[in-house]
Amino acid sequence: MRLSAKSATLLVLIALVALSPILFPSGYYYRVGALIFVNAIAVTGIVILTGYAGQISLGHAGFAGIGAYACALAPVHLGLHPSLALVLGAAISGVIAFLVGRPILRLKGYYLGVATLGLGILVSMVLNNERQLTGGPDGMEVPDLGLRGLLKDAGLDLTNGQFWYFFCGLALILGAWLALNLYNSPTGRALRALHGSEVAARTVGIDVAQLKLRAFVISAVYASVSGSLLALQNKFITPDVAGFMHSIEMVTMAVLGGVGSILGAIFGAAVLTLLPQVLTVFAEYEQLVLGLVMMLVMIFLPQGLLPSILRKVRGKGE
Amino acid sequence: MPELLQFLFSGVTVGAVYALVALGFTIIYNASDVVNFAQGEFVMLGGMLTFVCHAAGLPLPLAALIAIAATSAIGVLMNKLAIEPARGAPVVSLIIITIGASIFIRGGAQLLFGKQIHSFPAFSGDTPLRIGGATILPQSLWVIGGAVVVFIGLWLFFTRTLTGRAVLATSNNRLAAQLVGINTNFVMTLSFALSAGIGALAGVLVTPITLTSYDVGLALALKGFAAAMLGGMGNPKGALAGGIMLGLLESLTAGYLSSQYKDAAAFVVILLVLFFMPQGLFGQKSVDRV
Repeated sequence: MRLSAKSATLLVLIALVALSPILFPSGYYYRVGALIFVNAIAVTGIVILTGYAGQISLGHAGFAGIGAYACALAPVHLGLHPSLALVLGAAISGVIAFLVGRPILRLKGYYLGVATLGLGILVSMVLNNERQLTGGPDGMEVPDLGLRGLLKDAGLDLTNGQFWYFFCGLALILGAWLALNLYNSPTGRALRALHGSEVAARTVGIDVAQLKLRAFVISAVYASVSGSLLALQNKFITPDVAGFMHSIEMVTMAVLGGVGSILGAIFGAAVLTLLPQVLTVFAEYEQLVLGLVMMLVMIFLPQGLLPSILRKVRGKGE
Repeated sequence: MPELLQFLFSGVTVGAVYALVALGFTIIYNASDVVNFAQGEFVMLGGMLTFVCHAAGLPLPLAALIAIAATSAIGVLMNKLAIEPARGAPVVSLIIITIGASIFIRGGAQLLFGKQIHSFPAFSGDTPLRIGGATILPQSLWVIGGAVVVFIGLWLFFTRTLTGRAVLATSNNRLAAQLVGINTNFVMTLSFALSAGIGALAGVLVTPITLTSYDVGLALALKGFAAAMLGGMGNPKGALAGGIMLGLLESLTAGYLSSQYKDAAAFVVILLVLFFMPQGLFGQKSVDRV
């Protein structure tokens, strides 16, 4: 029996999340793993926007910022539970993406790039400047999610690292499952059609504007959830989460790994999250190496890392 | 009134720098359809290398000349090593390549020049000139003059010289240009050299006012990119107008509304302009063949 691509992807992902801890030499690796999953969630959103629908965003960190600060602010000012704050952040991000998306998504290529860039910069500027609310560039504390305590009472005692590793891992599997379902749905097929040719898609009756907007809103929600999880996990947040470099990081992770597939993009997230950890030994050369890796992969493996590696492996097998 | 004049002076000075960066974007975009996000690093290199040569004892004009030449060479290298091999790649990949190049150059500059802030003396002294109750630094006049000279020079180059027309022909239709015997690879090399040189010149002119460090490039690249898009990508007039407008918007917002949100005003205006004129102010409506 052959597995469908969707089930295969999910199985690989579940196996990775469940089995990787066997190899962890210390608790520190749970923390790195959780960070990879958080980034991978945002990157899954980029796959929907860029990989499925072929649209560019240079400002998605703005939505991550909204998600992160919703978890920091809503519990204090509105008395919401942090988990509901995550939902609120996702809703706000979705609404903003919906309102701004319609006019922005008429733009193409670099024009779309600069418009989304502007959107992200506006969010990060508000977070930096509204000191009395957000603490400005110094950042602010984020309340505890409280779930680990509940699990402990229920008899499941996890360390903080372990808890966040499995919690974010589950969130990623859920996110990937939704994205994979979308891929095979009528909406997903229409998105891929408009990626191929907008004009052709329109002539067969696809509402191009509506679909692009849908992809934009969905990917904004992914970015927002990723920002929320980052904030809750670190219990502290700074406006850097909404900065331009974070937006670029998201796109780079997706494209470097292979933006055409969820697994490829997650692989990219893992590589780029691990790279700085490996390079801490040569902290001075970190930027140099990062820039070099970005250029080399794009020049020599334009399809992304994972698809290129898979092709190599299959080629040898035959 | 003197207040307004003061804001206009500072706006035009900053705007002239944005315009120079935007012109650099425009030249490379026209020759290759690539938006080069490393454009801001050229500005950083111009200022930084001038500082290094000047500190080593060279006279300032010679130091500036060496800096501009060296930056042009780096631009050409970048084209040969990173852009040409990736010809025909999708927009997202090209964005990542040029951002990778900018991170690479920034990392290299940090290693070589350290994290300190550097500067060198202004060309014509630091005594502010008084005009109509407002003051302007002589160096600001150098910056504005530099932008004007570069713009006129480019205009003459593109309309009056055979090489310049070859660049225009390449930007219109690469294949057709090749068919009439234009060496499009040379056009690419020339464009990167020119664009990097203009960026470096901007760095040389503005460093006595704003100072420089290894990480000033990114912000300049974003502003220059925004200015070029505001004016309409690929149009030198648009780049000049977009740059000056962006500078004025910033200084007027900082002066009358809020200095914290001066960058916000610029991006709000860009979003509004793009809502109503998706090709920028001076951009031509592009028609795609299907």
